[in-house]
Amino acid sequence: MTDLLRDARPTLAAGCRLDETAAGGPVLLMPERALRLNPPGLRILQLCDGKRTISEILLTLCTEFPVAEGAKLEEDTLAFLERLRTTRAIDLE
Amino acid sequence: MMQGPLALIAEVTHRCPLHCVYCSNPLELRRQQDELTTEMWARVFQQVTAMGALQLHLTGGEPLVRKDIVQLVAAGRAAGLYVNLITSGVGMTEQRLDELAHAGVEHIQISLQDSRAEEADWIAGTRAHTSKLSLAAMIRARKIALTLNIVVHRANLDRIEEMIALAEEIGTDRLEIAHVQYYGWALANREQLLPTRLQVERSLAAVESVRKRLKGRMQIDCVTPDYYARFPKACMGGWGRKVMLIDPAGQALPCHAAGVIPELSFENVNDHPLRWVWEESEAFQMFRGEAWMPEPCRSCDRRALDFGGCRCQALLLAGDAAKTDPVCELSPDHAAVLSPIEHAQETFPAPGAGPTTGEDFPQLVPLSPIAPGWQYRTNPSRN
Repeated sequence: MTDLLRDARPTLAAGCRLDETAAGGPVLLMPERALRLNPPGLRILQLCDGKRTISEILLTLCTEFPVAEGAKLEEDTLAFLERLRTTRAIDLE
Repeated sequence: MMQGPLALIAEVTHRCPLHCVYCSNPLELRRQQDELTTEMWARVFQQVTAMGALQLHLTGGEPLVRKDIVQLVAAGRAAGLYVNLITSGVGMTEQRLDELAHAGVEHIQISLQDSRAEEADWIAGTRAHTSKLSLAAMIRARKIALTLNIVVHRANLDRIEEMIALAEEIGTDRLEIAHVQYYGWALANREQLLPTRLQVERSLAAVESVRKRLKGRMQIDCVTPDYYARFPKACMGGWGRKVMLIDPAGQALPCHAAGVIPELSFENVNDHPLRWVWEESEAFQMFRGEAWMPEPCRSCDRRALDFGGCRCQALLLAGDAAKTDPVCELSPDHAAVLSPIEHAQETFPAPGAGPTTGEDFPQLVPLSPIAPGWQYRTNPSRN
């Protein structure tokens, strides 16, 4: 499980950039890597603006992706954020 | 439609103030007067973006020796690419870094030769260690990503904890611990550089324990070096699959070393559209896919994972680019890897290792060979 704090505010790390108009679809560009994004992945990264807390991001996602089961959505989002943190794509403030 | 390259490696010059004994540039270097113009590079960046590429790696030589490096960064960003600059920091100032940042450089990669200045400078054949450290500090003060790359070999591998501690002190987000790869200049110096198996195993264990401690703060990439792996690396992610390299004169290559393969002729971006070079030219087609594969690759389950390994290594160690990479334990030429490994064991500690006192510091004129037993990378000839 993840040890992410719910009141942390994720933001894109230096050298990481969302390219929403790339030819092959939205992509997160970062040092030595690029990550193709599905719609929830893209939305999560759009919400990593350094202002919203992880709790607020989860809440927003729940309203925007109502088909997803709440607990599963939360688990997937936290796992995704944890992966982004480990690869140094986001900073937590 | 064929998938285009995801990344372009632009070797914008072969000129370099460093003379690293394991430089990845070819032995035959391109002259300044043959270098592509700013406009031509900009056209290449536009073309590669149209083919679906996402990332641009500006490298050399030392890219900062190009007076137009700021324009090249801007041209990469204008084309829509993510721009990475690979530099020694020699020639960087606060003002120039501000200009590069303004032009859109997003990531700078610095490779360190050692944790200790004297040893690092000895390997680089010039005093560059302190300028690398000061560049790292300048980058940390700006919103640019920094990756440190530490090149390891038998003379420094036992100091791996000390090198990681230096990276931690610098405060980098990413550290790549890269074993020397034995092509070109490094192959000429292999006897002095190849570590022993015990060194490799100890270093991997050391990295594993530090990795846990730094999880979430520093990402550490480190893989078992080629010669000590059971199976070959998926070199460049497969021939003509992910990466295209353009040399300073505009020659398009599938990798850094492909120029050594005598039966290949390479096309120039001055003469052909990039898409044609990628999709149609003989050099990019030659080892693409599986049709070229010999046994044991052809019937091996790993062929989709490692693509038969590295073509250049097959040429250099087995005399034929179309053979299985001799690194593979299944290769009939595997002895070509085992015998230097055995030799490394027998000759440990390092023969001809760097001096421990400053007075033996190599003099830079003439450039090569400087120290007995070592081949330092030269510079392109001027005419």
